[in-house]
Amino acid sequence: MAMSREWRRENPDGSVTVRSCCWSPPGDHPVGCGMLLTVKDGKLIDVEGDPEHSITNGRLCIRALDLPEVVHSPSRIVYPMKRDPKDRGKDKWEQITWDEAFDLVCSKVNYMKENYGAESILVFGGTGREACIYYYPLGFSTLQTPNVCYAQSGWSCYGPRCSITDYILGAGYPEIDFAGYFEDRFNNPEFELPKYVVCWGKMPLASNGDGLFGHALIDMMKLGTKIIMIDPRITWLGAMEGNINLQIKPGTDAAIGLGLANVIITEGLQDQEWIDNWCFGWDEFKERCLEYTPEKVEEMTWAPAEQIRKVARMMAEKPVSIAWGLAVDQNPNGTQVGHITIALAAITGNIDIPGGLTLGPPSSLLGKWRMETRKDLAPELWDKRLGAKEYPALSNAMATTHPDFTLDVLETDQPYKIHMLWFNSSNLLAPTCSAAPIRWHDAFLRTDFNVVQDLFMTPTAMAAADVFLPLPTVAEHDGIVITHYGRNTVFLGAMNEALRVGETKSDVEICIEFGKRLNNAGPDGTSTWNMFEGDHRSEFVPNFFTNQTKPELGFDFDELRAIGLYQPGYDYRKYEKGLLRFDGEPGFNTVTGLVELYSTLFDAWGEDPLPYFEEPRWSPVSHPELADKYPLMMTSGSREYCSFHSEHRMFPTLRHFRQVPDIEIHPDTAAKYGIEEGDWVEVENPFGRARQKAHLVITIDPRVVHCRHGWWYPEQDGEEPNLFGVWKSNVNNLVPHFEIGRLGFGAPFKSVFCSIKKVDDLHGLEVKKSYDIIKEQAELNEQEGVEIQFTNLHTDHRII
Amino acid sequence: MAYEDYALLIDYKYCSNCHTCEVACKNHLQLTLGKEIDLAKTPGIVVLEYGPFHLEEGNPDAWDWKYIPTPTAMCDLCVDRLDAGKKPTCVHHCLANCMDYGPIEDMAKKALEIGHKVCIFKP
Repeated sequence: MAMSREWRRENPDGSVTVRSCCWSPPGDHPVGCGMLLTVKDGKLIDVEGDPEHSITNGRLCIRALDLPEVVHSPSRIVYPMKRDPKDRGKDKWEQITWDEAFDLVCSKVNYMKENYGAESILVFGGTGREACIYYYPLGFSTLQTPNVCYAQSGWSCYGPRCSITDYILGAGYPEIDFAGYFEDRFNNPEFELPKYVVCWGKMPLASNGDGLFGHALIDMMKLGTKIIMIDPRITWLGAMEGNINLQIKPGTDAAIGLGLANVIITEGLQDQEWIDNWCFGWDEFKERCLEYTPEKVEEMTWAPAEQIRKVARMMAEKPVSIAWGLAVDQNPNGTQVGHITIALAAITGNIDIPGGLTLGPPSSLLGKWRMETRKDLAPELWDKRLGAKEYPALSNAMATTHPDFTLDVLETDQPYKIHMLWFNSSNLLAPTCSAAPIRWHDAFLRTDFNVVQDLFMTPTAMAAADVFLPLPTVAEHDGIVITHYGRNTVFLGAMNEALRVGETKSDVEICIEFGKRLNNAGPDGTSTWNMFEGDHRSEFVPNFFTNQTKPELGFDFDELRAIGLYQPGYDYRKYEKGLLRFDGEPGFNTVTGLVELYSTLFDAWGEDPLPYFEEPRWSPVSHPELADKYPLMMTSGSREYCSFHSEHRMFPTLRHFRQVPDIEIHPDTAAKYGIEEGDWVEVENPFGRARQKAHLVITIDPRVVHCRHGWWYPEQDGEEPNLFGVWKSNVNNLVPHFEIGRLGFGAPFKSVFCSIKKVDDLHGLEVKKSYDIIKEQAELNEQEGVEIQFTNLHTDHRII
Repeated sequence: MAYEDYALLIDYKYCSNCHTCEVACKNHLQLTLGKEIDLAKTPGIVVLEYGPFHLEEGNPDAWDWKYIPTPTAMCDLCVDRLDAGKKPTCVHHCLANCMDYGPIEDMAKKALEIGHKVCIFKP
C-alpha cells in the first residue's frame, strides 16, 4: 500500500517538503525513519517525523531532528580539496574543482595500476553508514582492486554474526520479529507477539543495529513482551519493571550460553521434535553443554546460578526472540557465542516462527552492485586478496581482506606494498573501527597517495589524506535504505534529495562517475559503469537503483519514491517450504542441510566443531602475573542517542547531551582509588592509555569499568601531533592488534583488563607505544617488568 | 485561547531518556520565535531523572530508575501546531510514544486506564 502523500510537495509559502527515509551520512544504521524535510531558499528549515511510516509512525531520534544544524554546519566541507603529501598532518588544504579532483585521482589510480598492480590500492569502509553498500563496488568495480578492508580487528562488527549464520544456519541475518515486514504491523494475523525478547550484548533503543528500530521493543513491551538483558551493565531497559537481567563479566557470553543450554537440556525443556527434524549433531552438542553446569558458569561469568536457571526456563518457551548484538563480534570467543546463540534458538524451536527469530533468504536482496561486483576482477587478481588464504572462514563469507593481516601488510610491505588508500566514510583513527589505532596511523603515512570521502575534517583525513572528496548528507542525495543491507529485508525505503549544499558527491555518484572516467572493463571486456545513462546524477542515480529494483522487485526508483516504504511481507517456516536452499529442498542452506549444532565446517578449518568457553585472553584470571597491576575488566562501546560512534561531536545541540566521554565506575571501586564523580581518570593496560571523566554508578559490577568509544575533540587543534585530541580518550588503544579468534573473527574490544587512576585533567596523557603481542614480546616484558605468558595463537599467519 | 484546558500526559515508565522531546521542542521554538535556543539555558522541556535505586539486595531484577519529561516556562503548548491539526512536537516525535496531549478530563481518564507510573502536566 503506497503512502498517500506525494513524495515532493510545494507549500503555499514557496517552501518545498520532501519525504525521505533516513540513513546517512552522517552515520546511522539503515533504520529508514520516515521524515519530512522542508527546504526554503536553499536552506533546510524543518525536519518532521512522517506519521505515515508504519514502523516509526512520526517518531524521530535527535540525530535526525538535528539535521538542519548538521546540513548547514559551518565546519562542513562542501568543496573538494587537495594537499601536498609532504604536508600531511598540517592544515594546508587547497580548494579544487571536481574536474581537477577527477583528473588528479584518476591519474594516480592509473599510475598505481600500471606500475604496481591494482592490488596496491586499498579501500577502507567504515561502519553503519550507507557506504557499507558502496565500498565494495568502489573497490572491486570502480578501482578494480581485490583489496577492500573493514579495518576493525577480527572484523568485529556484524560480519562474524553473518558468517557464523552462513555456516551454522545457512540463512540471511537472524533478526527479532517486530512485525516490521507487515504494513499492518502487530495486527497482522500471521504475527505473534514474542513472550520474551533476549537482548544479548545489545541495547537496541540507542543502537538501532542494522535497521532494527530499537523503540519497537517499547511498542512490544506495551503489548506484553518482557525483555531479558544479557549485559555486563544493568541498563535502563533491563531495569524496567518486569524485565530480567543476567549481568555478566565482560567477554564470558559463551559460558552463559552454554549454561543456559545446560539448564534447558538437564530439565528436558528442549523441543525434541524440532531438534530431531532439523538439527545436526544433537548428541555431541548435548554432551558438551552438560559440562557447563550453572554453578560452574557462575564462577566463569559472575551471574548467579539461580538467575541462569530462571532465564533458561523463560528462553525454552515459545515464541522467544533473540536480539544478538555487537558483543558477539567483539570477542575472540565470539564464534562460539554466535554458535551457541543460534543453537539456543534452534533447540527451543524458536527459529523462523511468528514472534521468534526471523531469517533472511541466503542471498542478499539487491546484492548485484555490491559483493557480486567482485566478478569484475580477473581470478588472478582476486587471488591476491590480503589474508584470504590464511583465514578461509572469513574470506568465504566476507568479500573483504582480513583486517589484522592488512595492518601487517601495510607495516611490512609483504607480500606486496600498498601504495594508495581510499577511505570511504571511515574515520578509523577516532576510532571505532580499529584496534591499536596508533599503528594504523603510522601505517597510513607510508603510502604514496590517499583519498578520503567524508562530511567533515576528521583526525583520519587530517593525518593521512591528500585529496578530500566531500559527501552530501542524508538530506542531500537520492538513495535507498535497506535493513540488514539486504541480508534480512524488513523493508526498503527511498531516500530523496531535498537540497544540495556546495559541490558534493554521494557514494554512489562517486562509484559511477569515477567508474565512467576510469573506463573500466571487466574480465569479459565490457565496460562496467557506462551502462548507467545520463551525465547528471538526477539521471544516472535513479537509473542505477532501477537497474536493481526492477528485475528483483518489479518497480523502478521513481515508483519506490511514490510508495515511500516497501514492506515485503514474510514467509514463516521457510525451512519447511524449501525457501532457504538454492536447490528448493526443505531444510537449511548448510553443508548437512540442517542447523549445525556440530559444525562440519569449523571442524574442517581446525576449530572445535562445538561451542566452548575461553576466558578473556587479557584478564586478571588469564594473566595472574599481571593481575595486581591490572585488576579491573574494561568494557566499552555502549551507544548513546546523541552520537553515532565517532560522529556528531561537532554539533552543539547533540554535544549538549555528552560534553566529554565518561568512564563508569562502581562507587566502591572509585572510593578505593580516591576517585570522585567528575574526576578525570586515566585507564591503562599494557597496550595503551586513555582519559575519561568518572561517572559513578551502581549499575556496573565493582570489578568492571565501562569506557566510551569513538572520542575526539573537533574543537581542539586539528594538526599533528594533537589531531583533534584523537589519542587523549581513545580506548581502542587498550585493545591489542591480532588478538583474534582461531577462525579470524573477533577481538577483545569489550573485555580487556585495566587499571584506573585519578589525573588532573584531559591533557598531559603520555601516549603509550602499541607493542605487538607476537613481534615485540621482549619490549612488553620490559615495560611491564614481568615475564608475560603469551599464547602465540596466530604466529603462523603473521608477517614477521 | 482555545487550549487552556489542555494537559500533557506522560506514561513515564516508558520514557527512555532519548532526548527527542527536548530537541524537537528546540527546533519548534526556533522556528516560531525566529531565534536560536540554547538547550542549556532556555529549553522548552527537560527530561529529569531519578534513580537508579536497587530495591532488593540479591535480586537482579528489582530496580527503580525513571525519566520524566517536564515542560518548562518556555513551553508554548505548540499552539500553532494544534491549530494546524498536529500534535505538539514532543508528543509527535517521542520515540517511546509515551506522551499525549488533550483536554485535561480526557487525559485524566487515560491516566486511570494506564493505571500506574503516569503523570499529567498542566504547563
